[in-house]
Amino acid sequence: MTTARTKQPGTQSAAVPLTTRPSLLASAGVRKLGLTVLGWSVACVIFFPIFWMVLTGFKTEAAAIADPSLIFSPTLESYQEVHDRTGYASFAINSVVVAFGSTLLALLIAIPSAYSMAFLPTRRTKGTLLWMLSTKMLPPVGVLMPIYLIFRDVGLLDTRTGLIIVYTLMNLPIVVWMLYTFFKDMPKDILEAGRMDGASTLQEVLFLLMPLTLPGIASTGLLSVILSWNEAFWSLNLTSSNAAPLTAYIASFSSPEGLFWAKLSAASTMAIAPILVLGWMTQKQMVRGLTFGAVK
Amino acid sequence: MRVIRHLPLTTLTAAIAVAGQAQAQTEITVGTVNNNDMVIMQSLTEAFEQAHPDITLDWVVLEENVLRQRLTTDIATQGGQFDVMTIGTYEVPIWAERGWLTPLDELPAEYQVDDLLQTVRDGLSHEGTLHALPFYGESSMMYYRTDLFDEAGIEVPEQPSWEQVREWAGQLHDPDNEVAGICLRGKPGWGENMAFVSTLVNTFGGRWFDMDWNPELDSPEWQEAVGFYVDLLNDYGPPGASSNGFNENQALFSSGKCAIWVDATSAAGRIYNPAESQVADRLGFAQAPVAETPKGSHWLWSWALAIPASSEKQDAAREFITWATSREYIELVGETEGWTSVPPGTRESTYANENYQEAAPFADFALAAMQSADPTDSTLEPSPYVGVQFVGIPEFQSIGTQVGQMVAAALTGDMTVEQALQNAQRATERTMQRAGYLD
Repeated sequence: MTTARTKQPGTQSAAVPLTTRPSLLASAGVRKLGLTVLGWSVACVIFFPIFWMVLTGFKTEAAAIADPSLIFSPTLESYQEVHDRTGYASFAINSVVVAFGSTLLALLIAIPSAYSMAFLPTRRTKGTLLWMLSTKMLPPVGVLMPIYLIFRDVGLLDTRTGLIIVYTLMNLPIVVWMLYTFFKDMPKDILEAGRMDGASTLQEVLFLLMPLTLPGIASTGLLSVILSWNEAFWSLNLTSSNAAPLTAYIASFSSPEGLFWAKLSAASTMAIAPILVLGWMTQKQMVRGLTFGAVK
Repeated sequence: MRVIRHLPLTTLTAAIAVAGQAQAQTEITVGTVNNNDMVIMQSLTEAFEQAHPDITLDWVVLEENVLRQRLTTDIATQGGQFDVMTIGTYEVPIWAERGWLTPLDELPAEYQVDDLLQTVRDGLSHEGTLHALPFYGESSMMYYRTDLFDEAGIEVPEQPSWEQVREWAGQLHDPDNEVAGICLRGKPGWGENMAFVSTLVNTFGGRWFDMDWNPELDSPEWQEAVGFYVDLLNDYGPPGASSNGFNENQALFSSGKCAIWVDATSAAGRIYNPAESQVADRLGFAQAPVAETPKGSHWLWSWALAIPASSEKQDAAREFITWATSREYIELVGETEGWTSVPPGTRESTYANENYQEAAPFADFALAAMQSADPTDSTLEPSPYVGVQFVGIPEFQSIGTQVGQMVAAALTGDMTVEQALQNAQRATERTMQRAGYLD
């Protein structure tokens, strides 16, 4: 036993007596199993509200408020009613235009600014970054009135352009921050090599930086799309009928009187479906982007 | 499955059709609350547009609190986003005073303005002029389960007292069979628990403010009323009563889980409808219970349609609101949706209508409650404000909600009734001082 311990000094496995090895393997197995169970439980807890919402959408209003049950006869009644009452399409189109429009605009502004902050930092870069983030700490309702008045005067109330501008400004700090961290992790030497070969700054960004940090840019873009898609405060306050996105569509099914859970669930399912599908489709990119640069 | 397959196609066709129609017409934007009556109004859009081919309607339907915030932002900034707004008896006089609403004088003779219930008309007027037209109105009354009452051998007089109600609730409280003796609003909010609590305080002889705008929330009347309410719900209420608002209680009552429920008259149509209620055939009605005084024992509320002064489409908006609140509209709803679904509480002719009387046996109770609720004289001692279950000043929304939270805290036992009311008194004093009512 002593020989076994001294055979490979310094390594952990050597410090454990040989006779206990099977139990070590078993405990590693238990640990793995434990982690798997934990992972699945967390995933189930997070997914449960969505699952329940989808389920409730297929119930009748009476069944939706009755004692929670997994056994019921599914019906499309709520979907039919939701569909009859409002034009889902116009809300969905507005959501797509506004979410993707604002994301494109935010990336267009954020890529050059993150580039300059990551590769040409000044004394004030850190301060600027923090200041940008601090704008996210202000509750939006605090600036509702001024923005509403400005929008009224320039004719941006209830327009998609108006919402795109607000969402861009809302997401810009996060987008710049994320891109800044991705860009910072990129070795400077590669850009320098490009410069030596005669690349201009624009070429450097377009042909070196962007392809190499594409997973990061993609996940930043996706996050921005999701944040814009789910945003409800500004969309409810700055739109009425023409530019109202899906968040306003969902809000119209919550009611102070009468039963509405099934209809609300059906409307919510329809509202999140596009972004859920997009999330599933781009899951790989997202995970790659979020862990990008984490291990070197 | 057919529905799903055709969903995108029909939606797209409808969107294109609407987009095509919208040209060269006056398009008016109607901001409204999402409840059954308003949804019916929305579904009858076609009927209006057929009769008025030059006007199209655009709907913005929102939940009550969201709608209120949205409309207030727009009207306070003169944003002009809405041509018709759905507001209540609380907002109308306040907004009218500021000149935000278009006065609705010189209504056409065929509109029959005299047919509107007097109390509702008064509630929607400022300096004698209507500033909004009532879409539906409600008061409060008592609902009870006749099967349980018969079994216990209880006779309910037309006008019960709160003491009697407490006794009956105690007799019928049966938690083993999931039947609560009484269901009342507990969810905090000026339009939720405080609507009910205010009527209770009124009938116990209390008031929100004295004639010099000093709050009276720590008065013996408030203590007695809130103490009664807290004990009643804790002893004989359903579990988790502090999170039950109107909707939750309606769901509880219609699924047979309450013996007594005191709430809005407008719920009657729904709990009398067998499709929505399991107790439709065992339903009894009585006037809202009273204690010291009948004054202010039941509330008065009306959802009404108003035209903001900032709207540029005044004529089209007026066409719409006079249609949606007319006798013809009520008859149209009665014929297409059934008479229990007509918007109640606005016109005397509705209650005189035989079809309605036949379909809605609760009509007389609702009408009597509506007619006897007087927002200008709702407290035993005189008070400086208008409103039964609210105080008609802009500050009331925040005061009411704050006090509502404290009453809910007393209900859950987080503080005593005395503590809750002392806190409420202090908070209200501060708000009133800041607003300049007090020195």
